[in-house]
Amino acid sequence: MTTVTKNKVTDLFLENAPSFGSFPSLREESKQIVNGKGLPAAKDEEYKFTSVSKKLEQVITDFSPAKPIAVSKDTIKDHLWAGFEGSYLVFNNGIFSEELSAFENSGFEVQMLSESNAIALGSIAKAEKDPFIALNTIYFEDGIQISIPRGKKVDSPILFLFFNQANEGQIISPRILIEVAENAEATFLEHSISLDEAVYFSNSVTEIKVGQNSHVHYSRLQNDGSKAIVVSNFETDIHRDATFTSTVVSLSGDLVRNNLSLRLQDSGCVGNMYGLYLLNGKTHVDNHTNVDHTKPHAESNELYKGILTDQSRGVFNGKIFVRQDAQKTNAFQQNNNILLSEDAIVNTKPQLEIWADDVKCSHGCTTGQLDEEALFYLQARGIDKMQAKGLLLYAFAGEVLEHINDESFRNYIDRLVQERLGSNF
Amino acid sequence: MLSIHNLHASIDGAPILRGINLEVKAGEVHAIMGPNGSGKSTLASVLAGREEYEVTEGEVTFKGKDLLEMAPEDRAREGVFLAFQYPVEIPGVSTTNFLRTAVNQVREYRGLEPLDAVKFLSVMKEKMKLVEIDQKLLSRSLNEGFSGGEKKRNEIFQMAMLEPTLAILDETDSGLDIDALRIVSNGVNKLKSPNNATIVVTHYQRLLDYIVPDFVHVLYKGRIVKSGTKELALELEEKGYDWIKEEADAASV
Repeated sequence: MTTVTKNKVTDLFLENAPSFGSFPSLREESKQIVNGKGLPAAKDEEYKFTSVSKKLEQVITDFSPAKPIAVSKDTIKDHLWAGFEGSYLVFNNGIFSEELSAFENSGFEVQMLSESNAIALGSIAKAEKDPFIALNTIYFEDGIQISIPRGKKVDSPILFLFFNQANEGQIISPRILIEVAENAEATFLEHSISLDEAVYFSNSVTEIKVGQNSHVHYSRLQNDGSKAIVVSNFETDIHRDATFTSTVVSLSGDLVRNNLSLRLQDSGCVGNMYGLYLLNGKTHVDNHTNVDHTKPHAESNELYKGILTDQSRGVFNGKIFVRQDAQKTNAFQQNNNILLSEDAIVNTKPQLEIWADDVKCSHGCTTGQLDEEALFYLQARGIDKMQAKGLLLYAFAGEVLEHINDESFRNYIDRLVQERLGSNF
Repeated sequence: MLSIHNLHASIDGAPILRGINLEVKAGEVHAIMGPNGSGKSTLASVLAGREEYEVTEGEVTFKGKDLLEMAPEDRAREGVFLAFQYPVEIPGVSTTNFLRTAVNQVREYRGLEPLDAVKFLSVMKEKMKLVEIDQKLLSRSLNEGFSGGEKKRNEIFQMAMLEPTLAILDETDSGLDIDALRIVSNGVNKLKSPNNATIVVTHYQRLLDYIVPDFVHVLYKGRIVKSGTKELALELEEKGYDWIKEEADAASV
């Protein structure tokens, strides 16, 4: 008989696990996974630099699921940026609120997971893949399924608004399943908002099927409070000739871990992953990405950039798998960082595993200071030092932001980034 | 306009300039020549305010003000312009955007209204002709992927936009073919007026066929060891620098 030494936090989660009636077998399976594997410990290679378990043990006092709080329609209006035109789906402490949402006649379907026959649930985001996916599967009360019908181009963006406020440091578990049928097009936006500065743990799972020849953009802004612990699990299956573009901008939080996985199921797929992290204080942001090339003639592009100051820390891990079948693959990956203080740290690790022999793959990473020569060049033309710095950093960040396809969201994030970089042009 | 007195400067503790004296008046063109490593580019850098260099002795006044006290951006706003020997590539910043920020900061310093987008564009179009530069180039990232000639033309274009009173051209001719050299020099000559001055730092006499200097100074081991008129440049072209080195070395013994 073998005994597994689990960390304390795993036991606390299991002891406090809610019992929801829906998806009994999925939840049971997930309990067994969490029980068997435990949440990742410090020696877990995948969580080496980001010890979520330890952090949770330190700061979470109540391991029960957070309940919805009072959010008014005015609060929502306050958090919609200028120029936003589209549907929005509101999650109140991780629980979908139809009443606060607006998505009438937008050309797509929204169903509560418990009311749909969501047979795909858990088939893209598999519980055995990561204990945090399993944990979400135990803890989510209900979620939503969004279906984009075949051939439908959804003209305006679909925004997920996550309002979080869990005073006791409770557990927030948003769950979203998106199915985009063939030849469809949609743009998804996601914005997380902390309504106060208290501790919470948000552990979300988003699984997306991008159907044949469809085009999907998904842009996220992570702007949680300085004590928030955030784990996002983002799993996608991308079918033949489909394109999926993910952009993640992380601006704050205590500890943020983003797991992003693109499975390029067939030929002609394009998977794009872009990320920007702008960190100060003691914020810790970890982006773990994974792209799996399974068939010939698919392409992936990845660019993550970081600007770090104070004692912040960034982690980037980019895995690229090219299976034996996946000849003529094009895969590019780049991670660039600028450190503005002595104490900021970046750990970056590209991981390429290539079994095919006729592929084009490249990767590179850089970590350095602001280019002094460029700074002097701008100053020598009469631009003051602060502004020159802002201009250079903004240009650095801009290479990521330009991939956000929704203009109003891009402008909004642009403004936040410019404010942070201490310049306003 | 510019008065340099007994200027000493070093980098990482190693002295490069060892007592430069130079007077530049409005309307004049001065050429600074000299063998490699004589301190020509250091002089240009010190005047523009590059931080790596430490001024250990001496004064520089520009239009009556202490130049060495000023931050690089204030020197630029006062009217000093350095055309870089190696213009920096800055991805993500278009020349147009960058120059509009620069021009308006300089104008603000000089107590002028900022130029709006329309006015800025019309000024830009006019100045573009001076250096035969294409608008497409200016909407691209600053100097990124530009050829050597394009970079140098962009320097002179920026000079035209910023309208300096003192332009310092740091080896602007290096690496240019004759056509590019002619275009760049034409630009510089058209910008010349009785109210501004130019310091041309160069290794080659060839440039001085196009930009004719009033004075030529030879820099050697961090000092100006010989000054003359444009005939001195021709003599250097013919005889090289060795005779000057010998003269200077003999005098310092």
